[in-house]
Amino acid sequence: MNGTTHPSAGILWLLGPKVRSKLNGNKKLEGRKFRWGLLAFVGLFFWTFIFGIIFRMLLYFRGTQGIGDLLAAKLLGIALLTFLMILLLSNVITALSTFFLSKDMELLVAAPVDSVKLYGARLVETIVDSSWMVGLLAIPLLTAYGVVYGASWSFYGLAVATIVPYLVLPAVVGTAFTLMLVNVFPARRTRDLLALIGLFSAAGIVVLFRFLRPERLMRPEEFRDLVDFMAVLRTPTSPWLPNEWAAESLMSHLTGAFDPFPFALLWSTAAAFFVLGAWLHVRLFRTGFTRAQEGSELRKGHARSTMLERLAWAAPATRQLVSKELRVFFRDTTQWSQLILLAVLVVVYVYNIKVLPLYTGEEISFFLINVISFLNLGLAGFVVAAISARFVFPGMSLEGRMMWLLRSSPLDIRTLFLAKYWVGTIPLLLIALPLIVVTNIILEVSPLILGITTVSMIGVTFAMTALALGLGALFPNFETDNMAEIPTSFGGLVFMMSAVSYLGVVVVLLAWPVNRFLQANLVGQSSGADIVSLVVGAAGALLITAACVVVPLKVGIRRVRSLQ
Amino acid sequence: MDGVGPGEDATADMLQLNGLVKRYGDFSAVNGLDLKVPRGEIFGFLGPNGAGKTTTIRMVAGVLEPTAGSIVIGGYDLATHPMEAKSKIGYIPDRPYLYEKLSGGEFLRFVSGLWGKDEDASEERADGLLEIFNLLEWKHELLESYSHGMRQKLLITSALIHQPELIVVDEPMVGLDPRSARILKDLFRVYVERGGTVFLSSHTLEVVEAVCDRIAIIRDGGFIAQGTMDELRTQADCGGADLEQIFLKVTGSDEMADVVAELQESRV
Repeated sequence: MNGTTHPSAGILWLLGPKVRSKLNGNKKLEGRKFRWGLLAFVGLFFWTFIFGIIFRMLLYFRGTQGIGDLLAAKLLGIALLTFLMILLLSNVITALSTFFLSKDMELLVAAPVDSVKLYGARLVETIVDSSWMVGLLAIPLLTAYGVVYGASWSFYGLAVATIVPYLVLPAVVGTAFTLMLVNVFPARRTRDLLALIGLFSAAGIVVLFRFLRPERLMRPEEFRDLVDFMAVLRTPTSPWLPNEWAAESLMSHLTGAFDPFPFALLWSTAAAFFVLGAWLHVRLFRTGFTRAQEGSELRKGHARSTMLERLAWAAPATRQLVSKELRVFFRDTTQWSQLILLAVLVVVYVYNIKVLPLYTGEEISFFLINVISFLNLGLAGFVVAAISARFVFPGMSLEGRMMWLLRSSPLDIRTLFLAKYWVGTIPLLLIALPLIVVTNIILEVSPLILGITTVSMIGVTFAMTALALGLGALFPNFETDNMAEIPTSFGGLVFMMSAVSYLGVVVVLLAWPVNRFLQANLVGQSSGADIVSLVVGAAGALLITAACVVVPLKVGIRRVRSLQ
Repeated sequence: MDGVGPGEDATADMLQLNGLVKRYGDFSAVNGLDLKVPRGEIFGFLGPNGAGKTTTIRMVAGVLEPTAGSIVIGGYDLATHPMEAKSKIGYIPDRPYLYEKLSGGEFLRFVSGLWGKDEDASEERADGLLEIFNLLEWKHELLESYSHGMRQKLLITSALIHQPELIVVDEPMVGLDPRSARILKDLFRVYVERGGTVFLSSHTLEVVEAVCDRIAIIRDGGFIAQGTMDELRTQADCGGADLEQIFLKVTGSDEMADVVAELQESRV
């Protein structure tokens, strides 16, 4: 037997199983080439798209005499601040899983592993899990800056070296916040913490975003003179936050006078925060972990219920499936936090529409208002896509462990699928329709546009839930209990990309002929061709929507039937 | 397996629980347990569902922090010297998590690394243990393809790979085929003969009766009987009884007869 050695595995060793699992998992995956091919194709498409937009903006800024660089720096600062807020929220939620709820923690906690090394390994995991999306978005953004400013390769090296501490900081802060909450909160309520965390983070995001008042930059006439406007541009948006240091470091390199101070500030703060985070972890983790293991509070469910179970029109199986879906959803407190977060995001969205600088006393262009109302359709559709990804997409994955019951019962999979479809679609319609109607009323669009966008929104919602449910069944993840993990899987990515592509096509098919028709009407020159293009566009959107409803549902049902 | 390390007190208790308490809010899962398990003993830990067995086992393994009291492993207090104490334990949980996408060999290598063991020596030892449990040919297969029993055998192997001085095990026999169950019983015997200690919790009373030197029965978080089989018979006042009869008597399961009568009357 081993005597009294004090062994301890290092950070890399602790990360080993996760890395190896990924490698082994990919090795055995059927259709691996197809997956990677698809991912590469869609990924490149999105990168090119984002790169294109930023590239055009920067070119435009550079053409503005005197304030071009300031505008470019401001844009970078705002982008990095937005990323920072997303990272904070995402790290707080991810840390709860990686540090406290992850199933392999029992093995690691029982082993003689050094606390600081465990902290380091889990922090790396938290950063990867929470920041990969931001990392992917940063690539086209920073590449566009590099290309427009004709930067040398050293800029790209600096970009990587800047992004690393920039990602570490919110991860350390988010993890520490979660650690303290787990310790402070009454025991047996660990999962409920997510609700609180979600709410706090969302409120934080709103406050931070409103501090920026980005709409001011679009209204230079509000400033007394150019000097005033430039003063605002020159003032750091948030001098105490790492996004500002990262932006300064990168912009100073791009403008030819590299300032090492913000770069050093970024790294030294990240290092200091890491030490503080590790210290906090050593002091608080053990108690926090114990609390997190104590399960949830005893709660009673109603033995018999409810109006839903008495739905006369539905077959008993459908009635029971619908009530099960709703009960499971509302009893899982982790869902509430997501709902609160969504509500906050919707409010922020509507508020931002309200403060859009459209009505500045001048006549607004007819074209602009049309563009914005269809852009609004796209954005509201994106909100619906995000909600579907979070709540509808995991539907079939979550049935994975209960599949033995469903498959051994005389239940038709179609019934299960349709129950899930309606349980997803109806609440989404209740969110999507008010969203589009309220924002359009704020935008004061014409009744025709209001009608078209409202009807489109109904179609989009039907298609989104079908896509989410179908693709969720096609790319299921039966191995996780954590619903939040499922939308970030490969299948989740495919869904988001398909959803955005579908939305893009529908918006273009509708917006172009509608705008042409209205423009022609305005000048009294509407022709038959305009009406034909309007009908063709609407028919095309309808056809694609119908296909996006029917095909995913059919494919999904077939896939679930074939599951062994 | 090797004997107790040089310079260590072979007569000292391997495991000590001193006034161990675990509360979840107002509910006391474990209520002031005091226990000493000497080296070279297999100690059985029994109790009805919800009595506090798994909570105690998880505290001994260092997974849960006690609300009060202390746990001493091989002379080291688990709270103040967690690294030293944990390095002596091999833990087999009742609902283990295994990395589905690792192979059996990779999992064992990872676990032995957690206990800071040399890779080559561990590899050899892993092969030997896998051979005993008929798992050697599965060494390079991913764990997702293992059956329930194979997972349990791999888990037992992983608890032995770093040559612990104390094995803490919750329900070791679940899913094992008769051959493997027999091997495990023999393995525990050989292990304690060489100075190891086993602290096991199980509902398989025949196994506990066959392998354990001493047994404790817990109910509502406290011990209600403790000792060798003979001592338990005396405490339960039922001479010649087997462990099942003793267990049912001391845990107040006399009402079993009423349950059987109810079952006969019902139309199950």
